[in-house]
Parts: sequence; structure tokens; C-alpha cells
Amino acid sequence: MAQSFERQKAKPHVTEEWVGRVYTLLCIFLLVATIFSMVYFVASRGLTTFFGDGVNVLELLTGIKWNPEGEPAVFGALPFIFGSFSTSILAALISAPLGFCAAVFMVEIAPRFGRKYLQPVIELLAGIPSVVYGFVGLSVIVPLFRDIFPGQGLGIAAGALVLSIMILPTITTIATDALAGLPSGLKEGSYALGSTRWQTISRIVLPTTLPALLTGIVLGIARAFGEALAVQMVIGNAPHIPRSLFESTSTLTSAITLSMGNTAMGSVHNNALWSLALILMLMTFIFVFIVRWLEGRSKI
Amino acid sequence: MNSIIEIKDLNLYYGEFQALRNISLEIPEKAITAFIGPSGCGKSTLLRTLNRMNDMIPGTRVEGTVSIAGRSIYSNDVDVETLRKRVGMVFQQANPFPKSIYDNVAYGPRLHGITDRKRLDEIVEKSLRSAVLWHEVKDHLKRSALSMSGGQQQRLCIARALAVEPDILLMDESTSALDPISTLKIEELVQELKNRYTIVMVTHNMHQAARVSQQTVFFLGGEVVEYSETKQLFSNPTDKRTEDYISGRFG
Repeated sequence: MAQSFERQKAKPHVTEEWVGRVYTLLCIFLLVATIFSMVYFVASRGLTTFFGDGVNVLELLTGIKWNPEGEPAVFGALPFIFGSFSTSILAALISAPLGFCAAVFMVEIAPRFGRKYLQPVIELLAGIPSVVYGFVGLSVIVPLFRDIFPGQGLGIAAGALVLSIMILPTITTIATDALAGLPSGLKEGSYALGSTRWQTISRIVLPTTLPALLTGIVLGIARAFGEALAVQMVIGNAPHIPRSLFESTSTLTSAITLSMGNTAMGSVHNNALWSLALILMLMTFIFVFIVRWLEGRSKI
Repeated sequence: MNSIIEIKDLNLYYGEFQALRNISLEIPEKAITAFIGPSGCGKSTLLRTLNRMNDMIPGTRVEGTVSIAGRSIYSNDVDVETLRKRVGMVFQQANPFPKSIYDNVAYGPRLHGITDRKRLDEIVEKSLRSAVLWHEVKDHLKRSALSMSGGQQQRLCIARALAVEPDILLMDESTSALDPISTLKIEELVQELKNRYTIVMVTHNMHQAARVSQQTVFFLGGEVVEYSETKQLFSNPTDKRTEDYISGRFG
């Protein structure tokens, strides 16, 4: 009697485990399948440019002339690659010091005020739609640059400035978490040796959290690299390498979003845009690997 | 014996909570003084008033005077950094910086402006020798301090504190996270150091207090219950509460 009772108790339990396992497995499978099919799709389209349409890979990567509708059509994507890298790295250069300082202020200098007011404000920044950033950039930053510097005001400088504000939440949030996660014993140990607050921040806090801070920067660059709309609104979208920061140029994303709707699926031009997308995607992978590598170097 | 630390009518509040009540103590120079008592009795709090580490806790208020070598350390003209240079501290958890062994010991001297490589080398060697760690680590000073064992890390923290040449060394339950052998090593080390430094140690371990200290202070509820020579306190306590505590009847 007792035996059959135990068996009856055990049965639904096994079913539960099994259902849960199958359900989670299905979710994982769906995720992996989605990612792989996306990669496959972008790669197959993007590679057709080289293997089907006969465009040289090197020419695409290093050519500086982009004229997909010309006779003959020329696909030199270097201006876009250059535009993407220069805007996102410049954006990170502007944003990183601001983000670090904001994080140091929030964690080390005024934790109560920082947590209560500053953190929500910065998180709010992350929620603003990119079209709003682009619009503000177009109506405030671009005219300002036009008045101060030679040129139309559109270009890398305007794009980088808009992007720097967009990636500020990423960098600040990660830096804040890193600083707050520092074992308090380390700071106490430093203070107990007679260090000032600034010495503790510069000699203990920053070096120890450096891998995490760099992770924030790389994620910021990755976000800037992939941002399309806001950049497209302020960069000018001329397909050439600019001679100054205030001259119209393009990025990979802006080139794709501008032309994708106007090309026929399967045409060389369309495939070339997929190649740009492939470059974007590969860069994103590289950023992810850099982040992984940095996390592995974390000292604590 | 000359007293180097003089505490008079000290009251300390964390916000509304009074952690220390009317403490008056004189701690002698170049000797080991142990603070004992149950958790929350204020012994660590008092230790942390001696190098003003409590300053960092918001809402802390201190009344009364604490003088070190005749100078009140809570008066406005006191430079906290200079005070902490003179009053070193070793914590409960070993907290080496994620740097090399060498850089850990050289951290303090560098803070205070010593950059000459030869001078730093000397200080590092001297401090590690004082902490009886030199022979174990002299061949890999560049190794990360985090690769050391717990006992070594704690001795490294002692070496790091000694490197800034303090007069007083505060030890906040510095052996409570260590195994018995490491604990013994640190107790031996502390015995050596007492000829050159004034040592104030907080300990949960009454046997440790009895073994290593010359004076013992027994705290209860933020008050000093009894303060006398260690032998006297453990063999013949005058207060009933001390007797109950050391005989293990509570706490």
C-alpha cells in the first residue's frame, strides 16, 4: 500500500520536470535558431556580392568611391567604415570621461543624492527614442556647428556628439555598478594608510575596476556603431571620406537605411548593402568578444 | 608606563543610537592592549575612533576627547590623513589590493610621496621582514597579492601598515578569519612588534587576549566594565559581569 502511494506521488513530479525541461529547451532552441538564421541570411546575401556578383572583397573594404548605380557600378565602402568607426570612437572618447566622473560622483562622493536623483535621470536618457536625439541634434547641434565652424555643420562631429549622449547611460551605468561592487575593504585599507579620497579613487578604485570600465566603453562603442537613425539625421550622408569633422559623410548604418528601401531585392546594389550589414554584424561580434575578454581579465 | 592614547568622556552616536557611553581610558605605549566583549559591545567602534575610520559612516557624532601623544585628534586642525599614517590599522578580513606584493607594501610610502626606487625597496624589505613574511615572498615580489594564502595576506596587510612607520597599530579581529596555525604566527608576530609599536587589538577570542596582551579592556553595551592588567582581569576579575563573560556564562 505504501509503495503504490509513493509511486503515485512521484509521477506528477516527473512530468513537471519533463515539461519544464522541454519548455526551456524549446526556448533556447528558438533563440539559437533565430540567431543562426539571421547570421545565415545576412551572410548569404552579403557574400553573394563577392561570389555571385563578382565584386572584389578588398575593393569593397578599401575602395573610397561608392557609386552603385553608375556605369560601371563602384562599391568602395571605406567611407562608411571610416564614418562608423570615427563617429563611435569619438563618441566614446567624449562620453567615457563624463560617464566615469558621473559614476564616481554617484558612488564615492554623493551616494545619496546620486542614487536618488542622478541615476534615474541617466536611466531616463537611455529611454529616449533615437529619433528625438537625432532631431535635437539636427535642430540644435548642427546649426551651432554651422555658425562656429566652416561647413554645413553636418558631419562626424555632430554625429559623435549626438551618439556620445546616447551612449552615456551605458557607460555610466556599467561604471556605477563596477564602482559600487568594489569590496569596501579595499577602500578602507587605502584610507587606513592615510590616503585622501582622490588618492583612493585614482590608485585603487579606477585601476581595480578598469576592466569593467573598459567593458562599458566597448558596449557604448557597439551601441554607437549600430545606431542608425539619429546618426543619419546629422551626418549629412555624403559617401566620401571627409577632410574635416564638420564635413558631410556617412556611416555603415546610415548608408543601409537610406538606400535599402530603394533597391530591388537580389540586385547588386541590394547585395552590396547586405555586405555592409555583414560588416556591421562581424564588428558587433568582435565587440562582444572584446567584452568577454575584458571580463576574463577582471581582477576581483 | 607612559600612556600614548588618552580617551576622556567619549560618547559616540550612530544617528540616534549611542554606541559608546562615557568612555575614559588610558592606553600605554609599546604594549599590547586587548579589547574584549560580546558582539555589538562597541569595542570595534572604539578602535575605529582611534584612527577616525568612523568618519566615513554618515551620521556619526563624537563627543568627548581622544588624544594621541597629547594631541586631540578630533579637533578641527587635525589632518586625518596624517593621523591615519601614524595610527595604522589591520582589518578583520585581509584586504590586500589587487596589485603585486611589492606594490601593496609600497602603496603607503608612495601615497606619502616616496618615489625613489631604492628607498622603496628598502622599506618593502624592512616591512616584510618585520611582518615575518620576507623569506616566504622575497623571490616573487611581483606576484599578485591575491595569490597568497589567507594567513600570508593578513601578514602582508600588517607589513603594508608597518611600511608607513606608524606609532600605533590597530588590529580589528585580525585573526578571526584565519586557521589556528596562521593565527599563531600572527600572535608571535604581534609579540615581536610590541617592543616597537603600541598595539590595540580587538578580539573575540578571550584566550588570544589572555595569551598576547598586557592590558585588557572588557566592554559591554558601549561601556567599559573593567580595565586592568590582563593577568589580573582573567584570574581575578573585580566585576561580576566580567567574571560571567570570561567564564563563558554569556556572550
